[in-house]
Amino acid sequence: MSSATIPKPAETGARLSPQTKSLVLVLCCTVLGAAAQILMKSGSAHVAHPGIVGVAMALLTNLTLFGGYALYGLSTLLLVLALRDGELSLLYPVIALTYVWVTLLSFLIFRETINPFKLIGISSIVCGVAILGRSGKQ
Amino acid sequence: MTATPFSSVALVFVGSFIGSFGAVYLKSGSQCLRHGLRYIFNWRLGLGVGLFVLSSLFFVQGIRHGELSVLYPMVSLGYIWTLLWSRLFFGEPFTRGKFVGLALILVGVFFVGLGSR
Repeated sequence: MSSATIPKPAETGARLSPQTKSLVLVLCCTVLGAAAQILMKSGSAHVAHPGIVGVAMALLTNLTLFGGYALYGLSTLLLVLALRDGELSLLYPVIALTYVWVTLLSFLIFRETINPFKLIGISSIVCGVAILGRSGKQ
Repeated sequence: MTATPFSSVALVFVGSFIGSFGAVYLKSGSQCLRHGLRYIFNWRLGLGVGLFVLSSLFFVQGIRHGELSVLYPMVSLGYIWTLLWSRLFFGEPFTRGKFVGLALILVGVFFVGLGSR
């Protein structure tokens, strides 16, 4: 009977292998990265001066663009924590999951349409990430 | 529908290359954190973040003009460079899972770009 009890969240957390923890951290990193990209996209529409210098200057005056970069910083921190215990070649491509969140968020927030191309694309990315995640457990 | 200018392709290509080295330095710098989170300020992580910021400036500038179906997969070229550097610098093995997973991701990014124009 006792073996059928559901483990508490803290217990399951302690049982996660370092590889699984790294994967979860990168998954959180991709969600933050998607939010960052959406802020950067809205922010980059108001960049006044062309050129890389213009974008760098806009960072100081454009709050939306700055917010995008700040979220990118946070997601980078999570990536670093993930890389501490995981393989770079496994974890880095998982960041492509950001495209999936951006597509879904654009649909929910901006009411952008999801066409068959996007659907094939995000399905393929999810399959690829799943395969990477499985190969990490071996 | 305008064609993708060469300058955009070049900017994104260079950006993906710079970004892949950002990932390499993040990985090597992250090993300092094994001794505690207070070691977060080390020159390797600083350089890694610096390279990421630099690459993102190239991306922001590059994707302002041109086709996303061309430019998005080119951003993902960084994953291929990183696969090579991971083996070269950290001795991480090539496995079938990594190749299949990465291939599916690249195909997926291409289709997302195709659907985003």
